[in-house]
Amino acid sequence: MILGIMISILLVGGLLCWLTAKWNIQLTKWIALLAVLIDFALISNIWSQHPTTTSTGSNAWFINFQANWIPSFGITFHLALDGLSTILLLLTFFLGILAVLCSWNEIKERIGFYYFNLLWTLAGISGVFVALDLFLFYFFWEVMLIPMFFLIGIWGDSNRRYAAYKFFIFTQAGGLLMLIAILALYFIHGAQTGTYSYDYLSLLNTKLTPSAAGWIMSGFLIAFVIKLPMVPFHNWLPDAHSEAPTAGSLILAGLLLKTGAYGIIRFVLPLFPDASAGIAWWAILFGVIGIVYGAMMAFSQTDIKRLIAYTSVSHMGFVLVGIFAFTEMAMQGVVMQIITHGISTGALFVMAGMLKERLHTRDIGRMGGLWTSMPRMGGVALLFTMASLGLPVLGNFIAEFLILMGTFLVNVPLTVIATLGLVFSALYSLRLMQKVFLGPVAVQQAVRDLSVREIVIMSVLTISIVLLGLYPQPVIDMAKTMVNDVVRR
Amino acid sequence: MNNLIAFIPALPLIGFLILSLAGRRLPKQLIAWIGAGTVSLAAILTIIIGIQFLQNPPDNAYTQTLWQWIKTENFSCAINFRMDALSLVFVFIITFVGALIHIYSTAFMHDDRDYARFFASMNLFVCSMLILVLADNLLLMYLGWEGVGLCSYLLIGFWYETLANVQAANKAFYITRIGDTAMAIGLFLLFKELGTLNIPDILNNSTTHFTQGSARITTIALLLLAGGMGKSAQLPLQTWLPDAMAGPSPVSALIHAATMVTAGVYLIARMHTIFELSPLAMSITAVVGAVTLFVAGTSAMVQTDIKRILAYSTISQIGYMFLALGVGAWSAAIFHFFTHAFFKALLFLAAGAVIESLHHEHNIFRMGGLKNRMPVVFWTFLAGSAALAALPFITAGFFSKDQILFYSWTADNGHPILWVVALLGAYITAFYTTRLMIIVFWGEMKTPIGHPPGRVMTVPLIILAVLSVIAGFVEWPHNMMHVTLFSDLVQKVLPATIVQETGPSEIIFELIAIATTLLGIYTGYSLYYRDTRLIEQWRQMPEMRDVRNFLYKGWGFDWLNNLIFVRPFVYLTSINKSDFFDQLYKGIASGSRKLNESFSVSQNGSLRWYVAGVLIGILFILTLQLML
Repeated sequence: MILGIMISILLVGGLLCWLTAKWNIQLTKWIALLAVLIDFALISNIWSQHPTTTSTGSNAWFINFQANWIPSFGITFHLALDGLSTILLLLTFFLGILAVLCSWNEIKERIGFYYFNLLWTLAGISGVFVALDLFLFYFFWEVMLIPMFFLIGIWGDSNRRYAAYKFFIFTQAGGLLMLIAILALYFIHGAQTGTYSYDYLSLLNTKLTPSAAGWIMSGFLIAFVIKLPMVPFHNWLPDAHSEAPTAGSLILAGLLLKTGAYGIIRFVLPLFPDASAGIAWWAILFGVIGIVYGAMMAFSQTDIKRLIAYTSVSHMGFVLVGIFAFTEMAMQGVVMQIITHGISTGALFVMAGMLKERLHTRDIGRMGGLWTSMPRMGGVALLFTMASLGLPVLGNFIAEFLILMGTFLVNVPLTVIATLGLVFSALYSLRLMQKVFLGPVAVQQAVRDLSVREIVIMSVLTISIVLLGLYPQPVIDMAKTMVNDVVRR
Repeated sequence: MNNLIAFIPALPLIGFLILSLAGRRLPKQLIAWIGAGTVSLAAILTIIIGIQFLQNPPDNAYTQTLWQWIKTENFSCAINFRMDALSLVFVFIITFVGALIHIYSTAFMHDDRDYARFFASMNLFVCSMLILVLADNLLLMYLGWEGVGLCSYLLIGFWYETLANVQAANKAFYITRIGDTAMAIGLFLLFKELGTLNIPDILNNSTTHFTQGSARITTIALLLLAGGMGKSAQLPLQTWLPDAMAGPSPVSALIHAATMVTAGVYLIARMHTIFELSPLAMSITAVVGAVTLFVAGTSAMVQTDIKRILAYSTISQIGYMFLALGVGAWSAAIFHFFTHAFFKALLFLAAGAVIESLHHEHNIFRMGGLKNRMPVVFWTFLAGSAALAALPFITAGFFSKDQILFYSWTADNGHPILWVVALLGAYITAFYTTRLMIIVFWGEMKTPIGHPPGRVMTVPLIILAVLSVIAGFVEWPHNMMHVTLFSDLVQKVLPATIVQETGPSEIIFELIAIATTLLGIYTGYSLYYRDTRLIEQWRQMPEMRDVRNFLYKGWGFDWLNNLIFVRPFVYLTSINKSDFFDQLYKGIASGSRKLNESFSVSQNGSLRWYVAGVLIGILFILTLQLML
């Protein structure tokens, strides 16, 4: 039930924000902050209550809540929480807090409706991470999509309309394929067993012919790799990321992309073990293409947010590689990558937002030498560009190292190419650093350094990424049961 | 003593944290105390632990476990420190020379705006470098390895407002990253084979797991070698080091002479079992070293920037270390690292003092006549130069280089050709060192001297100068004195050098080496001091000018890199800036729009059109039916 409450807090909080904005804008902001804070406290509490040592594999689900919703179609309200979901919910509410904080002064129009959309997107994302009924899952998939469409379309930058539509059409096209796949699975399972159900745990036992499994899997997979995104389905991402408001980019990069990875781990691999093993080589290949292509695209960009967006494409390539390696180590790396990429790329987007606020441009050609006036931000930027090029001590290194070493055990040539991605990531990261913070001073007017609110945001992110790099064990333990279940299938 | 090891890297780390978080608000004096103080404390601690280590040598090593870092089902790795004889030598050099350089820097950098940032980066560097040499597993070593790369990047680009400095920093990072990536693949391969990254386990298990000279072990060794070549600036990954001189001189002394650039030497020595299993990899190491020492030495002969001369000289001297490692003269390589750290750090610091006093003049041909004006710098520089040129018996460089020359022929893996190249290198070294000395310190003064260096700068110079002279006495050639303190120490960890049975006797090698050095010095003296007409003549000859330019450009490796890698990459990325795949989707979108336009023409609201359409449709269906 606690899971339902967490989602409701966001939904109700969103409505309250919309209503209160007419009277008191400060109240609206505080309601939004409070909603995500309460959820964060709740999930932290759950984490601490479930010591990771008890995860023996027999009972992967800490919390399992099931209620009837539409019994005649076999649709239930089934929410459940395992290690992976716990990690992802924690990430969701963590980034949720930061999203509210970094919108605090940036958003000046239609504030109530903005926070409504922000909280509803978060609610949809949390729903996606805990829904175990495929119908409900699809429902939440749409709930996170539409508010995000508004976030980009209303509060975005100059080219926001185009970006919002593009985002919507890409995801929706994938979503429809997934809906067809869900229905196909539903009917096949129903015909086999006589009970029609959307329940994940029942559907796991569906026996599919190889060709049916292949087709249905593709439906799911396409939806998820568009979200991930995998080259060549990545084109919605640079536009959406660069046009969205800061909090939008943060949520897109930090959370929405992760729903794709989550979908593959939760649904594609367990539901279609043989079919997914069959395409593993190709999936790794596409992951590697993503790593290299994303990095090369990032290198040539001049728009700072587009540049960061393409680094996401590159980093998410590692996720795809790691998932389809089917080794325990690589899968642990994927879980780490999901978190650390959320934090590090989120931080870079927040920083890009701060730069935009100060300089009114996203063009890195018009920046340069900003370290002189903003040494604090320069230091933080250095840390996070280093995170994105995979410097040890920072969490991303653990993730990429585990993925690469885990994949190396099963596929040497492709891993070698993926490892070359480390060189490419250095190329774009240092170029970003050079163009924005180093070199001759390009901006004449004084630029103010980080404010207290900004320092709070950045130091929370910094501490998390360093902690994950030096002591990633809690996350690894938390994900252990899930990882072993998925890999053993 | 065991549980004190972690404090050695922790002290500079504390310095880094304080200076990076609060540095800009602290007074300069306090920054200096924190920056130099933490490293000096680490040096004192090292000496205490080192004395303990020498008095009661442990069976293997001192070890200390801090915490479990990563533990998955089949991979486990902890933050573990391990200090054996090899680590001890490196830790001593890093902290001791590091402390002297830090003290020197408190005066050298005094007027710099970013005083705190400088010491923060330097402290972080010392910490990372210590982790590198103290790590007991390769993953932790990789952490230090990347950490020193980051600090090198930060300090080369320290004066970031000049674009060239930033570009030099980027270049250093990129090129070393190529080596690092190869090394990472080497780690993956080691893990795949042995299931562990723990260094003692790897060394113990590899002899039974791998067959001598198998392709696997050679691949692993070569990948590790590539990592070492990147960090240690060996051919063809050497081009970043001359450009790295864009950083402040103490940085060049600490990072790009004494410590970081020898990380490759440490890596190979540390993984010696892997290399011994692969004779091919050993030979390649030796050849890389020999070629590098020659190419870099010849480039040093014609440079005009004082720091670039020293940079090429560093590449060349590390080439000697690689040569020694490759022929199996393990302790000779580490010994040369030991002496080189003193005299090369000294030369860079002294060069920094010269540059500073001459208002940031780098060109040696605009220096001159400093002998009497800056006596302390002159005498210390002379001591360093003599050690670099390997002046017999009175300098440390002689003892270490003589060993390498001897072993390059007579060691198990040695070869006369390697010896010839090494000897040529020794001649070249003596020559360019003499040239540097004469041009900078003799002759007439060309640039007036600003303020001469103060005591904080000269005392470290004097200490290093003394060490450049006496540090070699801990290890004498076999046929002269029975002092083998150094090799006794490191051979607790490294295998003893096996000498071939046949071959000329040692005394002949020594005489030839001494003669070569003296000949090199004489050549330099006669060309640049006694009679400079020959040089003038060469300057006029176009062929000689071409040769000079070729050498000056470091044998054109930059040009080659640009041609093969940089320009194609930049071109490839720039033509695809707007993303080729996007055109595909835009095509779909505009295609749909076109279709919409052409079909919407038919929806014009005119009844006549619709009736005509219906009629044509009926006609079409009827015709179809009639025909079928």
